This record gives sequence, C-alpha cells and structure tokens, in this order.
Amino acid sequence: MAEKIFITGNEAAVRGAVDAGAKIMFGYPITPATEILEGWIAQTVTDKSLQYLQTEDEIAAGFGVLGAVLGGAKAFTASAGIGHVLLQDPVAMAENMRLPFVGIMMQRGGPSTGTVNFSQQEVNLAIHGGNGDSFRIVYSASNVEEMYSLVIKAFSAAWKYRFPTFVLGDGYLGKMKATVELKKLLKPVESKPILSESGAPTWLRNCFSSEEELNTLLNNHITDWEKNKNKIVESESFHTNDARYLVIAHGLVASATKETVLKMRHERIRIGLFRPITLNPFDGEALRTVARGAKHIFIVESAYGQLGTIAKAELAGHNIKAKISQISKPAEGFTPEEILKEIKKHNA
Amino acid sequence: MLSTIPKSWNVKLKPHLFCPGCGHGITFKQLGFAIDGLGIQKEITMGVDIGCSLLAWNFLDVPTIQTHHGRTTPLLVGYKLVKPKRIVISYMGDGAAWGIGLQNIIHAAYRNNPVTVIVINNENFAMTGGQSSYTTLPGTITPTSPVGKSPELGAGFKGPELIRNVAHKDAYIARTTVTNPIHLLSTLKKAILAQKENNNFALVEVLSICPTNWKTGAKASLDMAFEMEKTYPIGEVK
Repeated sequence: MAEKIFITGNEAAVRGAVDAGAKIMFGYPITPATEILEGWIAQTVTDKSLQYLQTEDEIAAGFGVLGAVLGGAKAFTASAGIGHVLLQDPVAMAENMRLPFVGIMMQRGGPSTGTVNFSQQEVNLAIHGGNGDSFRIVYSASNVEEMYSLVIKAFSAAWKYRFPTFVLGDGYLGKMKATVELKKLLKPVESKPILSESGAPTWLRNCFSSEEELNTLLNNHITDWEKNKNKIVESESFHTNDARYLVIAHGLVASATKETVLKMRHERIRIGLFRPITLNPFDGEALRTVARGAKHIFIVESAYGQLGTIAKAELAGHNIKAKISQISKPAEGFTPEEILKEIKKHNA
Repeated sequence: MLSTIPKSWNVKLKPHLFCPGCGHGITFKQLGFAIDGLGIQKEITMGVDIGCSLLAWNFLDVPTIQTHHGRTTPLLVGYKLVKPKRIVISYMGDGAAWGIGLQNIIHAAYRNNPVTVIVINNENFAMTGGQSSYTTLPGTITPTSPVGKSPELGAGFKGPELIRNVAHKDAYIARTTVTNPIHLLSTLKKAILAQKENNNFALVEVLSICPTNWKTGAKASLDMAFEMEKTYPIGEVK
C-alpha cells in the first residue's frame, strides 16, 4: 500500500529524488530552493549511501552533477533565479553531450535578484537558456504531490532520453504543506558509468573542428527529440469537454484556475482549463483538441507571455477560431477570485 | 632502448594537434612517462579544459572528458566523489586556472578534494590568438596589450602561491617548467601520488612556451621560459 505523508513541496522534491534513486546532490543555497539542499543533506545523515556537496557556486554545482553522472551516479541540483541562470553553463554541456541532468528550479521573481518567492518567469530560461536548439525536457509542478511525482519522472526521462531535464516549481509550492501519496517506482531507470573504467577508453568532447561534424551530431539530437517527444509530453484537461471558455495555465496558477473553473461551473459557465505538465516538449495536440470548441481562450501566467508564446505558436495555423487573451502578472501570484474577475472582464 | 613514446599515449592519433614546439606536447610526454612509471594507466580519468588544452581530448589512452572553460576541476570533483578509486587529472591553461575557473580551483584546494590539477602557464590566451593573460609579464606586447602590458595590471599572477594560502597543509602544490623535463616528470609523479596515496589535492603549474603566439624561435622561446622563472620560481610552494 502506498505510504501517505504530510510534507512541503521542497520536502516532496527531496523524497522524489531519493525514491528515483538519486545518490548525490550538488547545490548552493538560494531562496526559495534552499530547503531542498537542506532536506537532501538531512537524508545523507541517516542514509550513508547518499552524498552531497555544497559547492562554491551554482556553476560548480552543475558541473559536479555532470561529473557524478559520468561516473554512473544519479545526481541532481536545485536552484532558482540567478542561480538558474548560472546553471545554464553546465546544462549547455549536458545538452551537447546528451548527459542526463536533473535540475529542480523553484522560480522566484526576476529579472536579476528580483523577489525571493514566486514567479513563472523561468520558463524561457529552462527551455531556451542554452546556446543551442533547446532540447530540454521541462516539467511544471502544480501541487506538492506533483512535485514528488514529477521529480521521479524527471530522473526517468533524463536517463531514458538523455536530454537535460528541469522540474519547475516556485517558493509558494516549495513551502506549502500537503498530503502526498508516495508511489515508489518498482524499477527506477538504471544508471551506468558513461566514462569507461576498463577496456577501450571513452573520449568525450563537446567541441568540434568542422561545421559538418557538429551538424551531424545535432541532427542525431533532432531525430531523437522528434522520435520521443510524443512519449514525453503530458498535459491535463480539466472540465474541457463542453468548454466555451478555456484557460491555459501551468504550475500553481493552474491550481488556482481549477478553483476558478469550479466556481464558474457552479454559475453554469462552460469553462475549462488546459494545463501543460511538460512545457517542453509541449502537448500541442491535446491543446488543439480542447481549443477547437472554445470561443475565448485565456492564457493566465505570472510572467509576461512566456507560456503565452508557446501556446499561441501551438494554436497558430490550425484553424482555431477562438479569441485569445493574455492575462499576465509578472512575478505576482493569482488568487482564484482574481482569475475569475479577469475572465469576467472579458465578458465571459 | 630509450623509450620515446609513452605507452599511455593514444598512438593512433599521433602526430598530435599542438603546434610545433608547443609546451603542451612536452608536458604530455612527461605526463605519459609519469603514468607509465607509476603503472596507473588503467586507474586514470582525465579531464581537459577549453583553449589549447582541449586538443588533448583524446591524447592519452585513458577515458577523457573535455569540459567548459574553467570547469574541468568542479566536474572532476563530482566524478571523484562517486568514483573514489579513480585517479583524476584536471588539465588546463592559465586562463582556466587563474582567471575564469579560479574560484573553483580555490575551493577544491580548500576542501582538499583529491584531484590533481595541471596548469599550463604559457602567459597568454593561446587558442584565441595570444591575448594577454593574468600571468603575462608587464611590458609584453599582445593583441590585447598592443603597447605592452601595463605594470598597473599586475606584476604576474602567482596562482600556486595563492592556492597555498587556502589549501590543506598536506596538499601538494608545485611549479615546474618544460625546460627541465626531469623536474617536470618528478613533479608530475609527486602530484599524482599525492592524490593516489594520500587522497590529497595537488596542483602543478607548468611554465610553458608558446612559439606560435610569442612569435619566437627555439632559442628565444627558451630564453623567455627562463625569464619567466624569475617571476614564477620553480619548486614546491610551501
């Protein structure tokens, strides 16, 4: 029987990493992700098979992860904001060399130091933060239990598909407490050393001397991405069957929107929610399916159109007739009532 | 018979990619002999940095990872934590060690992470065309110091001496030179043994030559290398 415990989002992330078979964490304190580092270190006190290193900066943390991964251990880091910016150096290397990398990013307000608790402004950074073509798997967790399950999923995806993988949360999600049902994997994905230890040596590089060589490598990445993206995409459609009004939202804003939807349904307004669970790759097919019946689509996010840009690109050119409105509050949260008010402003 | 090519070299990919007369080739020859002499080829994992160092990504017949600028040491710190029996060598130039990656080197030394760092100090950013480095001596003309490097920019960055101040007391920290291959070989051996036998951090700065960017012939290259020793003294840094 699955175990149920009452924990915070940050604790759920730690439990997810433990249950996914992670063996080592590298990290640098930053609000609001610090509790993940603290929580992991607490685990290492009782479980001697687990290790950690509190590094001198996020860059060292990210490269430490890559070193451990090359040695065959499941490793990860957690950060936020500007720390997430610094991590793009090692993540670019992971993307080039197809090294499994897991980062749990608890978004905070930006740009710059911004605020310490909440935003949805690290979507672009997680997806497009490298100097390549954005082959990164990006999950967005909308509640504490999902923080646990998506962290497990992130390890599986990173090791199975070999694309760097992020789980996005935020400070409110990290600090809120809820009951989580722990569903341990029967068989977590295996991790093997990538650098050889016997036999013919492996020589690995991310620098190439000809355009053709690098292009060949990237074409392999593209083939793998295109082949697997439909297996990776995930989304939730909530009360969308007959929805004339459709909200697109992710993370904690999507959780607030669920309450809005239920309230409006009580008023017999036909409204639904489309919630991407993976922001990259994106479940465009599912979105278009629910968008076809809608007459008005609202994209609601705590950023200036980061989700909006993705969603609009997925809807474009598919004969979707709905009017699309963007409701943005960069670095500020939404209550269900606010979302309801915003939608009603548009005559719903 | 005198051995001229170390057994630990990846001979299939020779001649190597370094410029004729480059100090990297000289260093790799002695590093190869050090690995052969200690009989540890099967235990070595190598990391190489960016710049000319990356040309060594398949130089030795040992598993090797080429990383980002200045990040070879933090990557190998992570690797060593999960593979404590491997002997890890972090290979880079003075730009990586004393510029962009200095913070990472300082902390690896401070924590006494068992990693052997080899820094090739050729007093310039060689791969990008010989720009001034932190170790470039005052007065030197480079593409980024066209009228000679101003003394106000520093008298020459003494990395090993800096690291000595924060490193564990048993860490091995030394400077050697490509002009003295016997000293180079013995220093590299000690730096590897510090990790292998005592689980200590080790750092060797190798004073090197860069005929291509220095625009010097054989004699002038050597003269300049000897000149470097006046600012950067050879031997263990205690």
